[in-house]
Amino acid sequence: MDINKDLVAASATPLVLAILAERDSYGYAILKRVSELSGGRLEWSDGMLYPVLHRLERLGYIAGKWQKSESARRRKYYRITPQGREQLAAERRQWQAVDAALRNVWSLLAVRTAPDSLPRGC
Amino acid sequence: MTVDAEVLERQIAEWRAFVARGRAIAGPDVEELEGHLRDQIEALTGAGLDADEAFLVAVKRIGSLNALSREFAREHSERLWRQLVLGADGSGGKPLRTEPIVVLALAAAAAVAIKVPELFGIRFAADTSDFYARNLGFFVLPFLTAYLAWKRELGAAGFVRLLLPFAAAALVVNLYPFQPQGHTFYLAAIHLPIALWLVVGLAYVGFRWRDSDERMNFIRFSGELFIYYVLIALGGGVLSAFTAGMFEAIGLQAEGFITRWLLPCGAMGAVLIGSGLVEVKQGVIENMAPVLTRIFTPLFTLVLLVFLATMIGTGRGIDFQREVLIGFDLLLAVVLGLLLYAVSARDPLAPPGPFDLLQLTLVVSALIVDVVALVAIAARISDFGFTPNRTAALGENLILLVNLVWSAWLYARFMRGRAPFSALERWQTSYLPVYSFWAFIVVAVFPLVFGFA
Repeated sequence: MDINKDLVAASATPLVLAILAERDSYGYAILKRVSELSGGRLEWSDGMLYPVLHRLERLGYIAGKWQKSESARRRKYYRITPQGREQLAAERRQWQAVDAALRNVWSLLAVRTAPDSLPRGC
Repeated sequence: MTVDAEVLERQIAEWRAFVARGRAIAGPDVEELEGHLRDQIEALTGAGLDADEAFLVAVKRIGSLNALSREFAREHSERLWRQLVLGADGSGGKPLRTEPIVVLALAAAAAVAIKVPELFGIRFAADTSDFYARNLGFFVLPFLTAYLAWKRELGAAGFVRLLLPFAAAALVVNLYPFQPQGHTFYLAAIHLPIALWLVVGLAYVGFRWRDSDERMNFIRFSGELFIYYVLIALGGGVLSAFTAGMFEAIGLQAEGFITRWLLPCGAMGAVLIGSGLVEVKQGVIENMAPVLTRIFTPLFTLVLLVFLATMIGTGRGIDFQREVLIGFDLLLAVVLGLLLYAVSARDPLAPPGPFDLLQLTLVVSALIVDVVALVAIAARISDFGFTPNRTAALGENLILLVNLVWSAWLYARFMRGRAPFSALERWQTSYLPVYSFWAFIVVAVFPLVFGFA
């Protein structure tokens, strides 16, 4: 299933912030986690993650730090800041509102398009 | 196996060199992407692919490098201003060949426009200088707006929308019954270009005035244009001197030609030429405004500190005559400019450094000078009442005060790691229209309030 580009872009911020709220991480691991969480349905082209990370860093939501990894290669690890947690909470409320509205409309549609499921004779 | 590894290393090195050539992706970002590539390759070879296949798949998964460069460019526009030559390769710019023609044509149009009033008998002379003083902006800024509207592809409708403020302002300054040599007239003439510069900015950002990055780009554009303009003016001065000297040698006077044609036409056309240069050359050389900022920030800080120390040490108050007042306003505007261009060229991710401390010192000392000036203005107003000049000065100093106080606060928070640098950047770019709005009030409302005196 192809997910619309705009949706992918819109969900990038809450996803990245939420993943970093779980634990500090770096680019490749964040992408693997996104793929895990979405059951492979949310596919980013890998490189696109980095501009998103840099934007969040500039806005002060996350902080990056170069560290030696266990394989002795330098990696830039990101952690979420208190401001980032606030932003995550705000994003969460917004997405929950969108989700609730969509759920309502789906259930209405389900009732209307499936007349067989209505009780007969009323 | 080792041959494989060697080949892989070479492929990665080539890929890295290719990415690094992309102008928007800087050193550490390339390293970050390379780290990603290696992680991906390791995972893929672990899953059974050979090195060659793993490399190809990993590179493919990173995505189109063009699209990636574009994303990086959008996120790091300050790098573009240092390194990128716009246009040419499909970054949305106009084809390079038509641009110089458009710039030259509009420059010529502006140069002609300044001479048009002479056809109606309004010569550039002492008795008609009022006409030129209040209308100067209209001879050149609409052409600059036209150029930017063309460059940003705003269309005819967009251009007409941009012309409306010019038309309204032209009506106001030409139909108001100003008293000759009145204070409100001079204030209007001084403030009009500041108000109209907002319209130019609107064209520059292509109506996306909510976009903080675009506003910052307009600030960079303004600074570079100023520097190019000064350089062109210096060249023009040299040209004038030689022209006068050469014709003098064969017994002819060229002064008339220079003051009536070369100077006014050149001064108008140079605004367009300078703008065209800034737009085209933004990538070719390092931006000048930030370089000058680096040089003059310490010097201005020192002067302000010594001035304040002397004032406190000797107990002398400032004797605020009008010229002194204007001088202090200009000084504070320069300080603001220094802050603005330091902010515009700073890597927002860099941690606080010694230069930031200097910058904060400059802001705080400017703040104190501003308060001293405000106290003096308030004292004059309470002694002698409101006049147009004092009210304009009071308003400007209050607006500056708000800007400086909040900048100092945000800077201090940034120094202590409480806020990102982008907060200061956003504040600076959001606050700028306030100056234009105030200028607009001085032009349009002051004459009514003060009876055109």
